[in-house]
Amino acid sequence: MIANLAFDLFSAILLGSAVMVVSSRNPVHSVLFLILCFINAAILFLMAGAEFLALVLVIVYVGAVAVLFMFVVMMLDVDFSELREGVQRYAPIGAAVGLVLFVELAFVMVNWVIAPGAAGMRLLPAPGNMTNTAALGSVLYTNYIFLFQLAGAVLLVAMIGAIVLTLRDRKRGKTQDIDIQHSRMPADTLSMVNAKLGAGASVPARHEDAL
Amino acid sequence: MNSLETFLFTTDLGIVILTILKSLALIVPLLIGVAYLTLAERKVLGAIQLRKGPNVVGPFGLWQPFADAIKMLMKETIIPAGANRALFVLAPLLTFGLAVTAWAVIPVSNHWAIANINVGILYIFAISSLGVYGIIIAGWASNSKYAFLGAMRSAAQMVSYEVSMGFVIVTVIMCVGSQNLNDIVLAQRHIWFAIPLFPMFIIFFISGLAETNRAPFDLAEGDTEIVAGFFVEYSAMSFALFFLGEYANMILISATTTVLFLGGWLSPLPFIPFTWIPGVFWFVFKIFVCLFVFIWVRGTLPRYRYDQIMALGWKVFLPISLVWLVMTAGFLEIFGMLPHA
Repeated sequence: MIANLAFDLFSAILLGSAVMVVSSRNPVHSVLFLILCFINAAILFLMAGAEFLALVLVIVYVGAVAVLFMFVVMMLDVDFSELREGVQRYAPIGAAVGLVLFVELAFVMVNWVIAPGAAGMRLLPAPGNMTNTAALGSVLYTNYIFLFQLAGAVLLVAMIGAIVLTLRDRKRGKTQDIDIQHSRMPADTLSMVNAKLGAGASVPARHEDAL
Repeated sequence: MNSLETFLFTTDLGIVILTILKSLALIVPLLIGVAYLTLAERKVLGAIQLRKGPNVVGPFGLWQPFADAIKMLMKETIIPAGANRALFVLAPLLTFGLAVTAWAVIPVSNHWAIANINVGILYIFAISSLGVYGIIIAGWASNSKYAFLGAMRSAAQMVSYEVSMGFVIVTVIMCVGSQNLNDIVLAQRHIWFAIPLFPMFIIFFISGLAETNRAPFDLAEGDTEIVAGFFVEYSAMSFALFFLGEYANMILISATTTVLFLGGWLSPLPFIPFTWIPGVFWFVFKIFVCLFVFIWVRGTLPRYRYDQIMALGWKVFLPISLVWLVMTAGFLEIFGMLPHA
């Protein structure tokens, strides 16, 4: 009874904030609503007894991914009134894509058969008295090890791609090279000159580029 | 069992009341600890810099935290004209609320935790990773350049150091075979993890300094360059909440370090006169030691530059913790010491 009410409440907040993500005028508010979405999804996981997934969702999506979203949204000075002008023009295309997806989903749902045992296992995330972290690990690292490795490889490729895109030779900037600084000796940069009265001293050749 | 116990332990209402009482029993000493940590910091910094520190209000300046609290309460909370009101008010509440929330799973003695959950360490990690939002939201909602710069610095810094912190935590979990904080402490009966995992202990503590935005990683505040960073626009009680949140986070990181590496409530000398002393005492004592190091570091080291912080996090801590993680796994596997939960 109370569990059902709580489920309804949190799913309502989840859906409501999902709508707000796409409809709020301020992009920062959108990201904040997205975070609210994630947290409510985590609560739903928690209610289903999947505490590991719930906390990993919070750590990965809220603690890292959404922070980067926020970072980007705050840094990019996106002019949203300009974007909104385009809505009229692109709305039919978006609607068409949405319709196609919806029809495809409908086709799938019509032929969907739920396995007879599955319905009873809906709220039993872990078999027996295993903690669900252990249960998840024992499936992920045995039966699905190749898929798991593949997922890791895909992420690695994405990561390397991001690094390659941003890696540039920054010769123009004045970055500090600690090794060069430490290996610099007084003799390399300093020389004592006896200046004659009235004539001054000539600058040694190796210092000229420094001046 | 008398009737009061039956009521508290069996009925729904009783369990709710019991949980509230337990929370109060934790939060009240915590808040007093936070108040006196501010005093302790000023006293220790004073000693380091050959000054006396606060010594006017009350004997040895002991009433100073209360004087500060009254001062903060009496001042006017100013909300800047260009600020986003709702988020501006939300940010300090979030910072302070999260700093207190994480304490729900910390075991102060054997099975003395408000919630002794399976994934306690993940819970702490999740809550501390949320802490960055208080700072980002404050920086953005203030609508001020300095605050925004502070928030950006802090966000990048906290996300970077969480990575190596995560690897440290995974190493500890691997040695214990459980994510429950109580089990993690009990696994250190024979040897504290600070000894076999010494480099990880150091990395965790330094990452903790970065995670709480404390000196020498306090460039989110960076008084000399960006005034006070993300809370430059805050005043009175909303400022006090940030301030208290920072100190509560310091105590939290110290407590987490104690649980993960310093044997939690276990006595450092496992024989008779020392094991008579209750575990809570040892737990608090170890937290004090960690907090002293926090303040000591602040009094000793100058502030890091932004690129130095990033280099330390990504180019030093991340490789070391990654290699140490793999080495620990290999060691446990070869010597058959992997715990099978």
